[in-house]
Amino acid sequence: MALDFGVFCKNTLDGEVVDHCFSAVFGLAQNSDPSYLDWLMKAWGWTLAVAGLGLTIALILGAVMGTLRTLPDNGSLSRWLVRLSTVWVELFRNIPILVQVFIWYHVIPAFILPLKSLPSYWLVSIALGFFTSARIAEQIRAGIQALPSGQRAAATALGFTTAQSYRYVILPMALRIVIPPLTSESMNLIKNSSVAFAVSVPELTLFAMQAQEETSHGVEIYLAVTLLYALSAFAVNRVMAQIEKRTRIPGFIVSNDASLAH
Amino acid sequence: MKSKKFSRNCLVAAALMLGAMNSNAASPTMDKIKSTGAVTMGVRESSIPMSYTTGDSRFDGYHVEVCRMILADIKDKLGMSTLRINYQPVTSQNRVPLVQNGTVDIECGTTTNNAARAKDVGFANTLYVEEVRIAVKANSGINSISQLAGKKVATTTGTTSVQLLRKHEKANGVNFDEVFGKDHADSFLLLESGRADAFVMDGSILAGNIANAKNPKDFKIVGEVLSTEPIAIMVPKNDPEFKAAVNAAIAKIVANGKMPALWDKWFLKPIPPKNIVVGLELSPATKNAWANPNDKPAEDYQQKK
Repeated sequence: MALDFGVFCKNTLDGEVVDHCFSAVFGLAQNSDPSYLDWLMKAWGWTLAVAGLGLTIALILGAVMGTLRTLPDNGSLSRWLVRLSTVWVELFRNIPILVQVFIWYHVIPAFILPLKSLPSYWLVSIALGFFTSARIAEQIRAGIQALPSGQRAAATALGFTTAQSYRYVILPMALRIVIPPLTSESMNLIKNSSVAFAVSVPELTLFAMQAQEETSHGVEIYLAVTLLYALSAFAVNRVMAQIEKRTRIPGFIVSNDASLAH
Repeated sequence: MKSKKFSRNCLVAAALMLGAMNSNAASPTMDKIKSTGAVTMGVRESSIPMSYTTGDSRFDGYHVEVCRMILADIKDKLGMSTLRINYQPVTSQNRVPLVQNGTVDIECGTTTNNAARAKDVGFANTLYVEEVRIAVKANSGINSISQLAGKKVATTTGTTSVQLLRKHEKANGVNFDEVFGKDHADSFLLLESGRADAFVMDGSILAGNIANAKNPKDFKIVGEVLSTEPIAIMVPKNDPEFKAAVNAAIAKIVANGKMPALWDKWFLKPIPPKNIVVGLELSPATKNAWANPNDKPAEDYQQKK
């Protein structure tokens, strides 16, 4: 079957070939009507916006909830915080992401009216962020629990409060340990953002479904969309690899180099 | 002896050639139907009342019933005593490829006959002309598309209505705030829950969704016809004889005056499984298609306006 990528240079209104296929994307020239390439780029922007917002929410909440789950049992407040974070994790990781998106879009705004005026991409980002935060929380917990118990004991012996021992001793090490699983999770979030099409965010998946219907060139459209998803996820992978490299402390963290082999 | 053998060989060769010519001339689809005793009909799961499931892998609807009549006619033409019909559910995404690769022999769903698809598949003569309309809440006071400027307009991802709205915005310099449902039920939910002020879609789909709603009286279909599209039965592309046989059967059904009764049955009377009434009156465009059998694509309908 012959592929015809010329479809991206076609006008989205009447299917005619536009004047400036590539230049329009980079703002060098303006088409009177947008081409499918323009639309594809816009859709990519939406995917990145939803995923970026979701990732910010997920990282912040995930780090908080994961830390809370490991609090030492020294008082009723910490017991309640442990319970709260456990409920949080179990609630958000036991419900399929698509169902959560529908709940945030259709059900919750019916009860909390101010949410109705929130644009749908915010609601999807919240849903994606909360879902992913449950998974990140578990990874953070795993990272903290991977540390030898002597670290916490040493911090306590130095007279650190619980907050101080987390801030200065436990988290700096635990967060470095969990960078590899966090990389996977961030890449997952980009891919999971495709559920946003279901609640009317004009991102890549919605573009693919709509454009393949309009142009009858489904294979080319899906190839382009697949490429952009892969590219976005790979970019996240590279950024995280850089972060991992920059933050590495030689001889300190269990890592893939030979420093472990005493 | 030798000459006898030669002449026998000649005969065999001639018979073979004749056979080869025969199978070339005849329709591959009809050959398949005759040799297997079965035919595969492509159907939709939930395109009420055109083509939908009534549960237990049974399918029914306006187009499905027409197709059963067509296949009965073809069965008689082929001189078969029985013909088994296998139903294959299809989606908007896979219906064209499935007809192209021969998985589906005849697709009886809600496929718009347009020039792009006509490159890949064949279309039988149109028996239903769809009109794109606007559904709103009955108390909204909206009566025309011009009142929708700046309002939220729902439509379904993967349908031609999305492009239609874009064209309309451009042509009239108005701006809609579009929201996209992932399927028709979802788009209708957007209208029902107040997330959208209007739902722009094929008239039969709007009517079907309204009929299915909790309070059908809360909704109404208003405004001008935004677009007219022929919905046709799909057949394989390189099989003109099969298409001719289908069209001959359609002509017979129309000539026997069966179409008005079929319309009545599927669009105006309660239909299974829930006994809802779609309540869509026969449009002049559809009546015109029955009177003047043709397989014109949607593009021809647009030019007429």
